[in-house]
Amino acid sequence: MSNHSFMEQPVSDWMRGTGPDSDIVISSRIRIARNLNGLPFPLLATNQQSAESLSRLTKVTESPDFSQLGHFQAISLTELTDMERQVLVEKHLISPNLANESRNGGLLLKDDESVSIMLNEEDHLRIQCLYPGLQIHEAWNEASRIDDVFEAQVDYAFDEKRGYLTSCPTNVGTGIRASVMMHLPALVLTQQINRILQAVAQVGLAVRGLYGEGSEATGNLFQVSNQITLGQSESEIIDNLYGVVKQIIEHEKSAREQLIQQSNTRLTDRICRSYGILKHAVVIDSKEASQRLSDIRLGSDLEMLKDVTGTALNELLVMTQPGFLQHIYKKPMSADERDIYRARLIRDTLGNKRDIAE
Amino acid sequence: MMCQQCGQKSATLHFTKIINGEKTEFHICESCARDKGELIPGAPNGFSIHNLLSGLLDFDMTNGSSQLQSGLYGIKSTQEVMRCDHCGLTFSQFSKMGRFGCDACYKSFASRLDPLLKRVHGNIVHVGKIPKRNGIVMQRKRELIALREKLQLSIQQEQFETAAQLRDEIRKIEQDLSGEAEAK
Ligand SMILES: [Zn+2]
Ligand SMILES: [Zn+2]
Repeated sequence: MSNHSFMEQPVSDWMRGTGPDSDIVISSRIRIARNLNGLPFPLLATNQQSAESLSRLTKVTESPDFSQLGHFQAISLTELTDMERQVLVEKHLISPNLANESRNGGLLLKDDESVSIMLNEEDHLRIQCLYPGLQIHEAWNEASRIDDVFEAQVDYAFDEKRGYLTSCPTNVGTGIRASVMMHLPALVLTQQINRILQAVAQVGLAVRGLYGEGSEATGNLFQVSNQITLGQSESEIIDNLYGVVKQIIEHEKSAREQLIQQSNTRLTDRICRSYGILKHAVVIDSKEASQRLSDIRLGSDLEMLKDVTGTALNELLVMTQPGFLQHIYKKPMSADERDIYRARLIRDTLGNKRDIAE
Repeated sequence: MMCQQCGQKSATLHFTKIINGEKTEFHICESCARDKGELIPGAPNGFSIHNLLSGLLDFDMTNGSSQLQSGLYGIKSTQEVMRCDHCGLTFSQFSKMGRFGCDACYKSFASRLDPLLKRVHGNIVHVGKIPKRNGIVMQRKRELIALREKLQLSIQQEQFETAAQLRDEIRKIEQDLSGEAEAK
């Protein structure tokens, strides 16, 4: 196994639990898609052609201008084990598409893991900036700065009328996908979430659960993102998303207020009960774990639980995923075994190191 | 409406094929369409009409009706298939995958893209960032359009001093642009 730092260090920049509105917004992400002029998109490229696009883009990353952007580690997807690729996906640093389907796929990962540059994903080039808290404008500024460095040295596929040309028509134009990850337990508990989600959909944004499919979110984590990439400028897209996220934050805050005023005892019981279970459970499946972790995250935000940090919770979010669990304990596991090791990892992280006979 | 092929079942699929500007309408039932599917040229093995239709339904259906507008239903000759010269992808393959093969596909399939993009984005023209190196001319063209709009407005509001200034700016950009055109 190679010794990549992303395997040893569980905390990416986005998991720090810091940044504006970090009691509700976990992370902000910008991803922009670009392609090289005159070469087929990766899906239809021959091996030789995708090697060509890889080499053109790699050349940029070795230029002096690129080194101004910070220190990056260059990784070839073929040199990674399945588990390493899975960990990168679980840390949200690469897309499942790059992990599983790319040919001549490449990754440039910034040292603090706030920037991933994916080569030969569905598009030749995808630049991702992932920041903690609500920092969507900051993430865009950084992504755009990186984009400028590439643009100065390679010819992009760009059309006067359609903008940046992408493999999928849903990305054409700006090629931008801006998304914000939110923790919305009070809106779920007070059953206002569906009304909010419908309203969000009506202004051209999409909402989906973090690890779950469709609208069923595990751990009350929701990702809000733009759908439209053509006919709106980047700043319109980002301002629109930012404005909607700010409104959702206000709704979540007043729902938390409402819970405290109307059912404080029940809420406290729920949070402390989950804390107790996580500190003592010997077997826990991922669905229960994410629900309980959501409860104690709320408890920590409301300052009911004083010794649980946001960073620890974000770490657990990632480390309790199958790939990371198997990596930490250095062995392949069945689903049943994972439930045991997941419980152990949570106990250890929450500071209950007492050994339990196994 | 009855199926034009078998004349027995009612037609549920309606095609409009346009070849060299000549429009032919074609109404067919689903089972006949499935039979015809084998004859679609340019289709890789196992590429049935059903895949084709499900792809088209994803991208081409308007107003939730079963009315299909298709210009690619070529049965007799491969020349009727819309294909990207650069990467070889056909429009039907694009419809099935939902992915373009190369940047030239956008030009090759241009005549079919407006409704699709309109449906996905509500818009068909890019207004965001432009590559700096290749985009200077375009950036200036956009400025020109904005300035002309301002000019109209200032004339309507009888702000003639502003209008005169705007006119100078517009003239300067126009000269720059024609200079660049000559240089090329
Ligand atoms: Zn028939
Ligand atoms: Zn093409």
